[in-house]
Order: sequence, then C-alpha cells, then structure tokens
Amino acid sequence: MDVLLTIFVDPFLDMFSDPVFFMEVVVTGLLTGVMYSLVALGFVLIFKASGVFNFAQGAMVLFAALTLVGLMERGVPVWVALIITAGVMTILAVLIERLVLRPLVNQPDIILFMATIGITFFLEGFGETVWGSDIHPLDVGIPAESFDFAGMLLNEFDVYAAIIGAVMVATLAIFFQKTAIGRALRAVADDHQAALSVGIPLKTIWIVVWSVAGFVGLVAGIMWGSKSGVQFSLSLIALKALPVLILGGFTSIPGAIVGGLIIGVGEKIAEIYWGPLVGGAIENWFAFMLALVFLLFRPQGLFGEKIIERV
Amino acid sequence: MLYREAGQFKSNYASDQAIFPIAQDRWFMAVALLVAFVVIPTVFDEYMLQAVMIPFLIFALATIGLNLLLGYCGQLSLGTGGFMAVGGYSAYKFAIAFPEMNMIVVFALSGLCAAFVGIMFGVPSLRIKGFYLAVATLAAQFFLQWLFNKVAWFYNYNSSGTITAPPREMFGYMITGPEATAEVRYILTLSIVVVMALVAKNLVRGHIGRSWMAIRDMDIAAEIIGIRPMQTKLSAFAISSFYCGVAGALMVFTWLGSVETEAFSINESFQVLFMVIIGGLGSILGSFLGAAFITSVPILLTNLPQAFGLEMAIDLQKHFEVMIFGSLIIFFLIVEPLGFARLWQITKEKLRLWPFPY
Repeated sequence: MDVLLTIFVDPFLDMFSDPVFFMEVVVTGLLTGVMYSLVALGFVLIFKASGVFNFAQGAMVLFAALTLVGLMERGVPVWVALIITAGVMTILAVLIERLVLRPLVNQPDIILFMATIGITFFLEGFGETVWGSDIHPLDVGIPAESFDFAGMLLNEFDVYAAIIGAVMVATLAIFFQKTAIGRALRAVADDHQAALSVGIPLKTIWIVVWSVAGFVGLVAGIMWGSKSGVQFSLSLIALKALPVLILGGFTSIPGAIVGGLIIGVGEKIAEIYWGPLVGGAIENWFAFMLALVFLLFRPQGLFGEKIIERV
Repeated sequence: MLYREAGQFKSNYASDQAIFPIAQDRWFMAVALLVAFVVIPTVFDEYMLQAVMIPFLIFALATIGLNLLLGYCGQLSLGTGGFMAVGGYSAYKFAIAFPEMNMIVVFALSGLCAAFVGIMFGVPSLRIKGFYLAVATLAAQFFLQWLFNKVAWFYNYNSSGTITAPPREMFGYMITGPEATAEVRYILTLSIVVVMALVAKNLVRGHIGRSWMAIRDMDIAAEIIGIRPMQTKLSAFAISSFYCGVAGALMVFTWLGSVETEAFSINESFQVLFMVIIGGLGSILGSFLGAAFITSVPILLTNLPQAFGLEMAIDLQKHFEVMIFGSLIIFFLIVEPLGFARLWQITKEKLRLWPFPY
C-alpha cells in the first residue's frame, strides 16, 4: 500500500504543493523539447523526400558543429565560418547523393538504413581526424543569463533556442509551401515515380533535401554545442530524437515539434517526480517507453499518415 | 566438375529431406567441423583463440538469433544488446545461486529468461511495423541496460558494479573462471554454437520457419491463409532472444570473464545488425560469414599500420579505424547488398559449371 502511495499519490501531491516549481519544470521541459525537435526535423525532411531513415543525422549535427567550431578557433569570423560550414554541408550532401544513394537506388529500406549507419561511422571518424576529439566550447554570441519570470527561474539561452526553432519551422513551412523547389519536394515525397514522370529531377531534389537537412543539423549543432560544448557525444542526440520521431510520426514536421515538446516535458516531469523512486538516470529510456506505450494505441504516431494495408 | 550433383539420386524421403542433400556439401561441413574442433585448437595460440575465435563464435550465435527474427520473420529489432545482457546477467545469477548446477543448464535457463523478456518487448510488434518497431525495440536496449546498472541485486551488490564469472568445471575440466584454458573455453563455445546453429537450420526448414517467412513476406496475406500473427511473431521474438541470451551468457562466461553493462551497449546491437546484413538476410551460413567479417576487420585495421611499419598516434588510429570501417560497410552494401550468402551462392553456381562454362 505504501509503495502504491509513493508511486501514484505522492508525486501528484508534490506537484500541487509547489505549483510554481511545477510550472518551472514544465517550461524547462518545453524548452528542452524544442532542442529535440531541432534534431528530429532533419530526420523528417529526409524521410519525407527520399524514404531513407537517416541515422546519420546525429553525426551530421556533430560534423557541422565541429567544422564551425574548428573554423572559429582558427580565427575565422562567425558569419564567414557559418557560410563556409553551410557550403561544406552542401558538398557533403552532393557526395552522399553521388557515392551512397545513387548506387543504392531501389534497394530495400533496411539496406539504406545500414548505409546511413556507415555514413555515421565515417563522419564521426572523419570529423575527429580533422578537428580532434577534445571538447570545444562554442560561443556564437547567444546570451545565457538566468532570469526570473513569474517566479520561475529560466535561462535566456533556452528562450532564444525556442525562438530560433520557431523561426526555422516557419521558414521551412514557407519553403515547402510557397517555393517551386518546395513544391517539387512535396511531389517527390508523395510519389517518386509520378514526380519523375512530370519532369522533376530526383537527383537534384535529393541533394537539396540532404543539404537542407545539413543546415538544420548545423542549427541544431550550434544550439546543442553552445549549451554543452562541441564533443563526440553530440552524435548521440540522434538517439534522443528517435522517440520524438515515432511519437510525432516519421513524415510530419508539426509532429516533430509536438513530439519534441511532449517528450521534453514528459521526461523532465518523470525525472523530477518519479526518478528518485527508482534511483534516477531514467531519461535514457523514459522517452522510448513513453513513445512505445503511445504507439500501442496509435501505430502511425501522432500526425503520421494513416497506414492502409492491402493484400 | 568438383561441385556437381549429377548422379546423386534420392531414393527415399529421408535423403530427399536431408539438411545437406548434396554429397559435396556434407563433405564440406565434415571438413569444416574437423578443422574447427581439432585443427584450430592445436594450431592457434592462446591469443588467437581468446581474442579472435571465441568472440567470432559468440557473435555468430547472436547473429543467428537476430537473423531468425529479421531475416526470417522480418521484424527489425535494435534490442539485441539488451537481450544479450539479460542472458549474461541471469546466467551469472543462476551460477551464483546454484553452484552445483550444470553449466549447460545454466546457459539454457539464461536463454529462457532472455526469451521471456524478448516476448514482453515483442508485444508491440503486433501493432507496429518497420522502423517504428525498430525504434520501439530501442526501448528494450536502454531500459535493460539501465536496469542492470541500477538494480544492485543483479550484480550481487558488489561495489564495482561488474559481474565476474565464477569458476565452474564440467567433465573434470575447468570451463570458466581464471583457471580455464583458452582451448577448453573455445571447445565449449564451439560445441554450443554448432548445436544451436544446427537447431536453427532445422527450425527454419520446418513448420515454424515457414510461418515466419510467410509473415515476413506479407503479414496480412499470411493471416488470411491461416497463420496466426501473434503466435508466429512472438515465437520469433522468443527464439531469437533465446539465441541472443545464450550468446550473452557465453560472452560473460567463456570470453570476457567479467563485464559491466557497457559490454552490452547499443553498439553491440548495431554490430550484430551489421553482421546480419553483411552476411545475408535469411541465411544461417551467412550469419557465420558476416560475424567473421565484422569481428576480423577491426583486428586487421588495428594491426595493419604496424605491419607496414607506420607509427600513428593511438587516438588518430582509432578515428581512422572508425572511418575505414564505415566506408567499408557502405562499399560492401553497394557491391553486394544481399551479403556474403549471395556471393557464396554465386560461387556455387559457377563451380557447378566449372571448368566448362557451356
């Protein structure tokens, strides 16, 4: 009985006894969630346009951040470094399309997935060979002061991250809805063959998508890098983005955002109110469990396309 | 000329249904087993047995396990490391709690524990498919790793948090613990792997394997012709996890001796997945070839620079290894996406006509 009380009653009593602290936990969770969404967005873009489950997104985040920080440490000004890094990510996209995707066209999904794990290994090794494996501090001039808002202690940096996330999603939405390339991207996402038959160049589209995913990775890399330093463990945040993805649905950009927010909040609340009961450090698997339970009720994720199966 | 089945007639059902219907295949297997059981332990030194052959066999076993699930039943799982951890830790608990118990029984029980956990994490496969399922099985990986790390009961409350294989003997030989020789451990591992590979080979030829393949090819169609998806999918998860569990137990007892949860990390899951893909989906022989390739490449890469007299800083060399390994994987996928098993098949077909191709 006591055990049940501590699991099912006490945490809720804690929440109600200190609502300001609870709100602080929720808001911090939401802001962390935005950071997860930033990584998940890159996955969604590539999955939508080419059907490839790109495990290398985390490595791309690491590689972009390493390149940026490496250039800045050699005295290149921030803006120039940003442009060069964006260029590097574009070249990377071209190379991946040319050397990996094109020879593997029409292979089963699992083979392409394996190939992206190969890319992950390569990028991790390459990035560290070129730029070294130390922890590099990254400072692009985003303020990180703590401030007080309605009794909650928040960090300015997280708020800026949320704003940048929102701007990026809005830009992507406009890009997808209003520009010619965006329309072509949506056509490819809908049906490869039909898109080819109306004259959309598939190869160019793939390069564009991988470059855009690279830029999204760069933004994510800047945010995560300024928060915790640019280091090898950055590539592991790909694993953090996976539950966000299945929660939101592989093919949905709003899904990546909402999924990120849910995971961010759920994780923080679980860690703070239930974590101590089981010895803490549950954030490694809690998000996956949350997503798993969720999928049992809605197999295609929150916003995923309805799965229709025929014999 | 060498590999021709002309003239080998099957005159009864038993020979028609033999595992190796062609005489040359039977000879090949007999020679391979002879080499594995007699030649390798006498020729190879302790380092080769301990650092190359035993890990190869253990990973081959885990690869067969994942291949049963992914290659035959079509369910993508990234929780292999977690299931191996269940096997390793439960074998440790059984061996400590019942010191008199035969080690074979301990391994079987640890496999059963892993099978039970596998069924629990296989339940979502009834609702979700493909990459959604793959990500969902990552929950098993992270949860199990966390569990064995946090709950002190699993490592008997010792302060270091590692589990160490207790010394046990069988037929008068020490088979685990620091006093067991590499030869004995190698023979024990090899025997278990050979028996289990044979069982797997027979499983996939029989009723259960065929229902797995039906589910893999199209589960709705399979359901309509009367195959029960629940039993079939869960049995695939159970048997696959059993194999992984035994592999994990062997990892603790005959290979590493003492491990912590890091030994069963997500990297292990990916490595086993690579072995399945590189070896060839849906092939038992391919599992061995894939395991041989993936376990030997890092060893070769580590030793290659010294062989050429190149001196490199350790960390730089580590990064190079990762890089080359990644490119090799991509290269191999492009050259032969169906894996070593397909190459083997092509070789056999060529051999059939050789040396007169027309």
